[in-house]
Parts: sequence; C-alpha cells; structure tokens
Amino acid sequence: MARVLVGVKRVIDYAVKIRVKPDKSGVVTDGVKHSMNPFDEIAVEEAVRMKEKKLASEVIAVSCGPAQSQETLRTALAMGADRAIHVEVVGAEYETMQPIHVAKILAKLSKDEKADIVIVGKQAIDDDSNQTAQMTAALLDWPQGTFASKVEKTDAGLTITREIDGGLETIKTKVPAVISADLRLNEPRYATLPNIMKAKKKTLKKMTAKDLGVDLAPRIKIVSVEDPPVRQAGSIVPDVDTLISKLKEGGHV
Amino acid sequence: MNPISQFVRATRPIYRNLSTSACVASARPIPNTGFCFELNDEQKALQELARKFTKEEIVPVAAQYDKTGEYPWPIVKKAWELGLMNGHVPEHCGGLGMGVFDGCMVAEELAYGCTGIMTAMEASGLGQTPVIIAGNKEQQKKYLGRLIDEPLVAAYCVTEPGAGSDVAGVKTRAEKKGDEWILNGQKMWITNGGVANWYFVLARTNPDPKCPASKAFTGFIVEREWAGVTPGRKEQNMGQRASDTRGITFEDVRIPKENVLIEEGAGFKIAMGAFDKTRPPVAAGATGLAQRALYEATKYALERKTFGVPIAHHQAVAFLLADMSIGVETARLAWQRSAWMVDHGQRNTVMASVAKCHASEIANKAASDAVQIFGGNGFNTEYPVEKLMRDAKIYQIYEGTSQIQRLIISREILTAAKQSNG
Repeated sequence: MARVLVGVKRVIDYAVKIRVKPDKSGVVTDGVKHSMNPFDEIAVEEAVRMKEKKLASEVIAVSCGPAQSQETLRTALAMGADRAIHVEVVGAEYETMQPIHVAKILAKLSKDEKADIVIVGKQAIDDDSNQTAQMTAALLDWPQGTFASKVEKTDAGLTITREIDGGLETIKTKVPAVISADLRLNEPRYATLPNIMKAKKKTLKKMTAKDLGVDLAPRIKIVSVEDPPVRQAGSIVPDVDTLISKLKEGGHV
Repeated sequence: MNPISQFVRATRPIYRNLSTSACVASARPIPNTGFCFELNDEQKALQELARKFTKEEIVPVAAQYDKTGEYPWPIVKKAWELGLMNGHVPEHCGGLGMGVFDGCMVAEELAYGCTGIMTAMEASGLGQTPVIIAGNKEQQKKYLGRLIDEPLVAAYCVTEPGAGSDVAGVKTRAEKKGDEWILNGQKMWITNGGVANWYFVLARTNPDPKCPASKAFTGFIVEREWAGVTPGRKEQNMGQRASDTRGITFEDVRIPKENVLIEEGAGFKIAMGAFDKTRPPVAAGATGLAQRALYEATKYALERKTFGVPIAHHQAVAFLLADMSIGVETARLAWQRSAWMVDHGQRNTVMASVAKCHASEIANKAASDAVQIFGGNGFNTEYPVEKLMRDAKIYQIYEGTSQIQRLIISREILTAAKQSNG
C-alpha cells in the first residue's frame, strides 16, 4: 500500500476582499482570515479516500510557513491525515518563499518519508503559480499527473485523468508519482467533531528548511505590489467603421 | 462559592442540588490564570466547522424550509453525521461529553443560518437534558445511546394548553398500577413533538392539591410508538416554521417503572434543573439571530443609496447598527458566562436567566431594526430580514418567558439583599 504525502498551504481565505498595504510591499495579512488552500483541501480529501479504499497506508500532511501553518495542518489531520510535518519558515524568508523552495522541501521529505505518492493542489489561490507539483516531480525525477480530475490506482501504477484545454486526457504512470489536484477531483468532506478532537492527539513534527538541507535564499525581489488598474469607462461609437478605426488607432488590430 | 449562590441554595430547596450536584460530578477545575476571553484551538476548530456547515448547508435552504414548514431532516442528519448534535451526551453512552459552552458556540453559529432549523436540533438537546442530569446508567445508555446510534431526536414535554409558565399547574397525570404507570393528559407547543423518538414527560403523580410542587410531579421517559401516544397536527406558527411544534395527547399510556427518572415525586426538580443547561444555548441562538440581522443590515446599508450616499453614511442608520452591535456583544458575553459557570460547577441559574432574557430582547430589537434599515424591501419576503423578525419573537416566550426570567432575577436580588448584613 502506498504512503501518501500531501502538501497544504495556508492562504488568505477565498471570501476575503484583498487589500494592498499602503507601502506597496504586499497585501494585508494581519488579522485577516486565513484557511487551507481550496485545491489542497481536495488533495487531502483524495489522499484520505485512498486510505479508506485501502490503497494507501498512511497520509502525511506537510506545510511550509509560519507558526499559524499548524492550524492548517490540524485541519488536514481532522480530515483524516495520520500525521503532520510543519516546516517552519518565517519573516523575510517567508515573504520571498517560492514554489522552487517548497518543491525542494517536498522532494527531500518525500525521500526521507519514503512516500510513494505526492499530492498537492494544482495552484495556490494567492500566487496562482501552478509550479510546485511540476518542480517537485522534476527534482525527484518522478512522473507527474497535473490538473487531475480522476485518479485510479491499478497494479501497474496510476491512471490519471487530466483536465486540459481541449477536454480530458488520460495518462498512465508508474508509482512513485506526483499528482496535482484540480477542482473536480472530489468534494472535500467536513471535518467531523470526533475527528477534530482526535486530531489533537495526532503527531505534528516541527522542523526547519535547514534541517532538510534546503536553502531558502530568495530568487526574487518584490519590487512593488499594486491594485489592478481601475477599469476605464468604455465609449459608444456610432457605427462599425468608427469602431474598426478606433481599434486600429489603439493598436488592438 | 460566591455568597449570593450560597444564600439562594439555602432558601430555595426546590432548586437545590439537582443541577449543581450533577455539574459538580463532571465540573471542570477553574484555571488560576484569571479571566480569559479567548477560545482554545479545539473550540476554534469546532466553531469553524459549525460556521462552514451553516454557510454551506443551512443558509441556502433556510428560506425554502420557512415557506414549506417541512422538517429539515436532511440537515439534521448531516449535522448528526458531523457530530454537531448530541455533543453533550456522556461518554459512557458513546457521546463526546462536551460542555455547555461548546454546545452554545455551535448553537450560535447554526442560529445565524436559521433559528427554525437550529431549534429543531436544540429541542432534542432539551429533551435529553433531564435524562443526562437525572437518568441512571441504564436509562442513559438506552435512550441517549439510541440518539447516538441513529439520527433520531427527542422532545421535552412539560407545557400544556392550560399551563405554561405555571409548571405547577400541569394536569397530565400518571397513576401507579402494579409495575407500571398509566399516563393521561394533553401537552401543547411541544417542539419536535411530531418527529421525536421519545419524550421527557412531566406528569402529576400526587393528586392531593395540598401536596407541594416539589413532591407532586414525576419525570418519565415515554416512547413515541407506545399505544396511546398521539401527536396532534403541526402548528402553523409566526416564525421558526421549519421547527415542528405540536400538541400531544396521552391516553392510558403504559409506562414501565424503569422509565421513571430518579423516583416518584422528583419530577419538578428535574424539569427545572434542566434549564440551567438549556437556557444558555437558547440565549446563544438569539445572539446568532441578532448577529445575522446586524450582518444583513450592514451589507444592505452599504449598497443602498439615498440622498447621494450609501445609507450607512447617515448617522440615523449607522447608530441603529451600533446599537445592534452593542446588543450582540453583550448578549454573547452573557451566554458565554452562564455556560462557563455551569461547566465549572457553579450555580448559573440567575446568569442563565439574565442571558436568555437579554438575548431575546436584543434579538427582537435587532431584527426589527434590520427590517427598518431595509425599508420597504425589509417588509418583503424576497429579502432575508422579515423572516428574522418573525423568528425572533418566540425567544421572548419559550424556555421561560421574559417575565418569568425577570421573576427569577428579581427574587435573587431581593433574597441576597435580605440576607446581606451591609
């Protein structure tokens, strides 16, 4: 049976209206509601279902971030993960942490924990990078099934249905492999009250990126964060010819 | 133990012992760290679960259930699956043995979504409370365990067509016949009356009119399916329409003696003792309704424009919102304290009355003000606030009318004053 590693990220809750900090260094996070990235909830749900179907023996949840990431891990435990690992990243390192860093951490942990399947959400709703799964697979030299809307385990490995622009693509991979969860993969369960209480007793291990030999030196520098430009009013033109000449003037055709 | 409770204990023997001794058995130790207004991590997770459930399962369907008056079984079943119901059932019956505080927290969140649906769930808790505080191990295992094993609900049957506030005026009678009690009478306004699997029934067992209330009544567990139990039609009420309220007729119902709670004559104490645990959740429910009124009114006030600006910018409207908020915050503090007290083995009867009375009044005011802020739209069923106003009224009536609460509180004040030396 497979051992499954699930990456979960603590992000600003999807329902919150994002505000940019006045000094343009980032968005306001203080006192703002955070929760688990919705695609990561789907990833955890898939891992727990695998365990219920006896395809997986253990589900390990991992999160990289500040102390509050432990709340996100507790949610994963309450949904059915067996244990959790918190890789603590704080301050400036956290501000500039990128998928490449997270991928290196997940790759190292996958080797240390002898994981057979790594599942993450396809992208985080704060940075929309859509890179972590792909980079992790490349670092491990494992096959990847991204944008998964269905995952089946067979004797040979995994059969993954992917959502692509043109429709659905079905691929077969061996195990170990990396999967990234898309919206229609499943409907995440509520954490039941008994499970919330059980989650308290499950193991949560804390470590640093240094413990894993991963360098968190920034690859990017945040120059400025600004609101998208306010939408300009349109104008009504009298006929199609004027429309075409205006579009040509604007360089749009 | 604070002096006021001590005096009340000495002077009010009918309320003595029952709720407090049952609490003391499982009371939590009081931490030495002083006041704390923060939830612990587990409570936060529970609150989050209840909030999410409310948003996704209750809010979208509340208006529909209000229209049809259908009992919200699908929601009750889902909540039951998640452990949001019956948290207070003792562990030896398969429950979580949760305290009143956590139950109140869930109640407030659910009430935010719909107090009718929330009442359907809470009323089951009310029916269970006499069994939790006064049942023996066999009764608890049988009747509470049944609710843990399957999504069933219970009901609390005390009120009658002729006796509401005056519980001592209950006329339903039970006569001993060999090893059984024969029950005859009529109950009214029983929440969950038509859907419950079993009822806690208060009946007069000593027909002598001179016998004091504290000895004349007995509490029984009565199963719905026994011969002679006939729930009436579902009543059409002003609000909380999803909740099932009925009259129930008992005609020569045979109750085995094993279903007597404690013993003959102990019923009044049990019925009253339950309120210490059930008034805080009702207060929490009213607080949830008021919170919803505040949220809806604020949202609307920022959208609706009058005289060139959103109406929230007019102080007359902004001040209504401020008053709603004052009500919500104080009502919340009141239920929290009364729930905390009973969980920590302190006698909370008066605080529970304070909380229930206050919350019911601010809820009615908040709902009415919300309709006011919505203006003409508020009066209309397409907008959510007229339902809040209809739902709020019952909070001043059930679980002890606001007048009875004031009686309890004022008696306490006067008793303490007479006993004090200063």
